[in-house]
Amino acid sequence: MCGIVGLLVKNPRMRDRLGEMMVPMLVGMTERGPDSAGMAVFTKPLAAKHRKLSLYAGDGEFDWAGFEKKAKQALKGELSLAVQANHAVMETSVDPVKARQWVHDRYPELHVLSVGRSIDLYKDTGMPAEVAKRYGFEKLRGSHLVGHTRMATESAVTPAHAHPFTAGEDFCLVHNGSLSNPFSIRRKLEPLGIHFDTDNDTEAACRFLEWRMREGDDLKAALQKGFQELDGFYTFLMGTRDELALVRDAFSCKPAVVAETDDYVAISSEFRSLAHLPGVKHASLFEPKPEEMYVWRV
Amino acid sequence: MAGVTVARRSIVPTAQGGTAVFDLARQSVRDLNDFLHHKLGDTKKVRVLNPDGAHAIAVGVDAPVEIDIEGHAGYFAAGMNKRARLTIHGNAGPAVAEGMSSGRVHVKGFASVSAGAAAHGGLLVVDGDASLRCGISMKGIDIVVGGSVGTYSAFMAQAGRIVVCGDAGDALGDSLYEAVIYVKGKIKSFGADAHEEPMTDADYTAVAELLKEARFDHDPRGFKRVASMRSLYNWNADAKQEY
Repeated sequence: MCGIVGLLVKNPRMRDRLGEMMVPMLVGMTERGPDSAGMAVFTKPLAAKHRKLSLYAGDGEFDWAGFEKKAKQALKGELSLAVQANHAVMETSVDPVKARQWVHDRYPELHVLSVGRSIDLYKDTGMPAEVAKRYGFEKLRGSHLVGHTRMATESAVTPAHAHPFTAGEDFCLVHNGSLSNPFSIRRKLEPLGIHFDTDNDTEAACRFLEWRMREGDDLKAALQKGFQELDGFYTFLMGTRDELALVRDAFSCKPAVVAETDDYVAISSEFRSLAHLPGVKHASLFEPKPEEMYVWRV
Repeated sequence: MAGVTVARRSIVPTAQGGTAVFDLARQSVRDLNDFLHHKLGDTKKVRVLNPDGAHAIAVGVDAPVEIDIEGHAGYFAAGMNKRARLTIHGNAGPAVAEGMSSGRVHVKGFASVSAGAAAHGGLLVVDGDASLRCGISMKGIDIVVGGSVGTYSAFMAQAGRIVVCGDAGDALGDSLYEAVIYVKGKIKSFGADAHEEPMTDADYTAVAELLKEARFDHDPRGFKRVASMRSLYNWNADAKQEY
């Protein structure tokens, strides 16, 4: 079991309140996912040549000041670091592949959680309320977000196994359910040079869909291929720079409900974590149908 | 409606023949269900405010009481109901009225998956759509759905009736036993062993009665009857056992 939450604000004035609106949604899904939580928030995109990398340093003490100094010396480009506990967002004009490789080679203890012009990503083990507090989720600003509370059923409870998963740039996916063919997906992708960070089933779905989009599919075409290739139970919620997308498998055992008003689209596994939202009593509510694609644009 | 607001963790002081009011923004579902199971006295009516998708609201009630749930209910609302008449003034989560044996549950909005699952009796009315697996393994309940039902509805349904005023999804009535399904709209596909049969006078009467009880205005002559071919009832040793 897991909980998923998503929020896209249509009313630009609400962007400053994104985190505040989302935290009760995430905490409301604690019973569905008490072991880990994560959040991807999409902000106004950086300039075309700039990227941000969400970095996670694990449990121990980490010398972020030393890291910043060395990164500036080695990477030779504009670079700044915003640190929040054991997490930091690095903004840079350096080529993202080069920056990522440098982090990987020089600081193997750091995990690169996401790369993009728009995405910031936080994920960690612990109760959703603790994770939200640790990373100051209520202060997050942006146009849309994708969140998850995890109850692990098929792989270890570690920060790396928490959702959202990312692949490529400005793309993330969260999952409620379990896939039955993640290893055959993986055996298909690895010979193409696609690297996996964990043995988690959701990562296979995330990398499969990102691979399809890199091969030229738009999100809907990629999802259509996903329906054909991904076997198992799933409600997937995905975020891109300017979209939220939601799909459920043919059996739809894993719940989802959508509330839409003039101001926002809110998605959750259950209505109980939407009940606090402003105007939700008059929102248009529906359950997404099996194997239908729901895509909302910012 | 004048009500007596029930304080948390108190012995409930209901007025004689009066209405008890529970506010789930302040009180727990456990308190509500404890009251419904043990402390009803001669309470005739219970209102549940701010249900906000909570699970297991009014599960296991066995009393001729009227219960109004003033909003959306989460998983398992009105499960195992006996005799009570419940109205959910909103949507119902998965498995509403599962295991019901008598009484009436009325969902004013839509119902999520497995509505009326395995229920032995009573009437479930859903004004909107019911999602996948509506009436799965039902054993005698009557279900009337104002909208459409999703895929695998009436899967392995053993007894009882479902009236669908809208459409039915894929694999309707898969592995059906003796339950009967009446559908007004389109049927996307039949499940194994389910097929359409001619409507008889008894079927028209049954549909008319159920529509009347559910307060839906449709002409029974527009409905089709779906029942079991009974070809799966006995083991067929001659069939190729391929999987």
